[in-house]
Amino acid sequence: MFSGVTPIYFLFVSAVIFAIGAVGVLIRRNAIVIFMCIEMMLSAVNLTLITASHYLQSLDGVLMVFFVMTVAAAEAAVGLAIFVLLFRGRGTIKVDGINLLKW
Amino acid sequence: MIELVWLIPLFPAIGFLFNGLIGRWFNLDKRIVSWVACFALGLSFLFSILIFFALLKLSPEARAVVPDRVLFDWIVSGGLKTVVGYKVDPLSIIMALVVSGVSFFIHIYSVGYMHDDPGYTRYFAFLNLFVFMMLTLVLANNFLLMFVGWEGVGLCSYLLIGFWFDRDAPANAGKKAFVVNRVGDFGFLLAMFLIFAHLGTLEFNGVFDGAHSLDIVTVTLITLLLFVGAAGKSAQIPLYVWLPDAMEGPTPVSSLIHAATMVTSGVYMIARCNILYTMAPVSMATVAIVGAATAIFAASMGLLQFDIKRVLAYSTISQLGYMFLAVGVGAFSAGIFHLMAHAFFKGLLFLGAGSVMHAMSGELDMRNMGGIWKKTPITFWTFLIATLAIAGIPGFAGFFSKDEILWQAFSSSHGHVYLWLVGAVAAGMTAFYMFRLVFVTFLGGCRATDEVKKHIHESPSIMTVPLIVLAVLSVIGGYVGIPHVLGGRNIFHEFLAPVLGGHPEGTAHAAFSLVKSAFASGGAAEGSGINMELLLMGVSVAIAIIGIGIAFYLYILKPEVPKRLGERLKILYTIVFNKYYVDEIYEACFVKSTKKLGTFFWREFDDGVIDRSVNLVGGLMLWLGRVLRRIQTGRVQGYALGIILGAVIIIIFLIR
Repeated sequence: MFSGVTPIYFLFVSAVIFAIGAVGVLIRRNAIVIFMCIEMMLSAVNLTLITASHYLQSLDGVLMVFFVMTVAAAEAAVGLAIFVLLFRGRGTIKVDGINLLKW
Repeated sequence: MIELVWLIPLFPAIGFLFNGLIGRWFNLDKRIVSWVACFALGLSFLFSILIFFALLKLSPEARAVVPDRVLFDWIVSGGLKTVVGYKVDPLSIIMALVVSGVSFFIHIYSVGYMHDDPGYTRYFAFLNLFVFMMLTLVLANNFLLMFVGWEGVGLCSYLLIGFWFDRDAPANAGKKAFVVNRVGDFGFLLAMFLIFAHLGTLEFNGVFDGAHSLDIVTVTLITLLLFVGAAGKSAQIPLYVWLPDAMEGPTPVSSLIHAATMVTSGVYMIARCNILYTMAPVSMATVAIVGAATAIFAASMGLLQFDIKRVLAYSTISQLGYMFLAVGVGAFSAGIFHLMAHAFFKGLLFLGAGSVMHAMSGELDMRNMGGIWKKTPITFWTFLIATLAIAGIPGFAGFFSKDEILWQAFSSSHGHVYLWLVGAVAAGMTAFYMFRLVFVTFLGGCRATDEVKKHIHESPSIMTVPLIVLAVLSVIGGYVGIPHVLGGRNIFHEFLAPVLGGHPEGTAHAAFSLVKSAFASGGAAEGSGINMELLLMGVSVAIAIIGIGIAFYLYILKPEVPKRLGERLKILYTIVFNKYYVDEIYEACFVKSTKKLGTFFWREFDDGVIDRSVNLVGGLMLWLGRVLRRIQTGRVQGYALGIILGAVIIIIFLIR
């Protein structure tokens, strides 16, 4: 079905998604957007793992993906709760305004 | 029975723990505290007596070789093996008897004397600890355990001199005693190191059996260093300065620690090491000369003091000088004999002084006393007995012991006619200042204020009974050592002979043989030594009586003479009255320079080098932190950038 498609394509897409996510984390201010970018990076990693798993005919990678997804889900729950509280307390979720933890 | 020797020091230790921990913690009633303290000492005394009689049952040869009672290994490390073990032989049991006996009576006396003191429990705890340490010292079977006792009694001396630590004078006196003793202990330690380095053991049996393999230089060095230790503990020149100040402590403490027991431990130690000392004639001569010098020097300082306890303190130093003179001329058993007699009469004198203070509302200056003998009869008579004993009046304990020392100083092969002369003159001074003390304190008109006068009273019987017991001992104590020349049998000397050996009878020195030959030419060839001994005995008694006579003349018949004499010999009087300015000289020579050195190290080294380097490190870290904290911006994305850059760098490295 994907006879012409080699794993390198998947890896390339995955790298692009990961890079977009990483840049998003670095330049966006809205915490929710940053959070979404992190999810993107995680998905990119998942894609890489699936690819490798398929390529190597091994289930190890797939197994890892399940873990990543579980963690991501839990992280979403906790992270969103933190944002709600942050917004209640400080009226904003712009990360450049939340910089109390410094010298 | 003899195996139970470890019980002797155990009882005071239990008493100490009980009073020190439970008694202090629960604020127990004074009656319980004093019962425990005195009962512990009583048991200790009882066991000393029982073991003494058990030892008497053995043959004289067997007494010296009773196997040590080893309780347990203490320090085992490489070649060093030290045990906690006790040695029973005639010497140690005599010491144990004297220590536990005198301590027992002084404990009882203290119950009355310290009755109203707020530190009552603490006092008895310390006193029990002291007796425990002292018994450890005299019963130990090796140098290291002896040193434990040695330091322990020093500690207790410090604690009890500074018993009233809320006043400056006792606190400083305690400090002085501790520091001066430290100088002596240094010598003791070095001697132990030397012994161990050469013989590989510290146990008495091993050391004395192996002593003959030592060369004379080593033995001389060891014995001289041991003598430094003894001089510190037993207040000999030049380390005697702490003892007069030690009188700031409670009077029973002065009696027990600074007259009867602790200060004599130096004499005991030298007697214990008699095998080493007889191998080193130079050390023997040093000990004898220092002893004789101390005897006369301290006696002269006692002549003009007005504080009764200080007179007694100088007297103690002087009597200790006699003991060192005795052991220095090789008459070890004479030294121990005088030690025992001195424990009785000097302990009694101090207790009597305490009783006088009790009667005089705490007054110590004899210029404010006088004429109290009728109101305090028991104190007066017992004090007089002790004074007669110390003055060497025939029939009292001091006479037998002192004359034996003087005779040995003259006749022994280590002795010299000058040593005898110095000793005899010091004996005259002793008689003088002691009777001056009695006359001024007890006789004549009363010079106290009316307020004090009203309260003059005899002490309660709990204080007078120990006085009477010690007075009896001061009289009969001498009869265990009647010299042969008076037709007696020197039981004391015979008892100690297995440990201490006979008196060196060998070749007499030149002066003696000269006199002897003079006698011989006079036709008294047979038994001239005995005649000589009688003659010298007569001379020393005459000197003592002259001393008493002068005191009687100056302080009873013509009380105005001493003042005029003092004015005529103003310079001499001032010098002697100020104790030859020895304290001031020490202050200028040693104390000041040591303080200066200390201040130098404090200011320059401690402040300048150590503190400065510590502060430098701290300052550097502060500066570093101030610079580096700038990267901690608080912006999450900054940190994220750091993480990513870091990851990239690591990946680059991994890929390459």
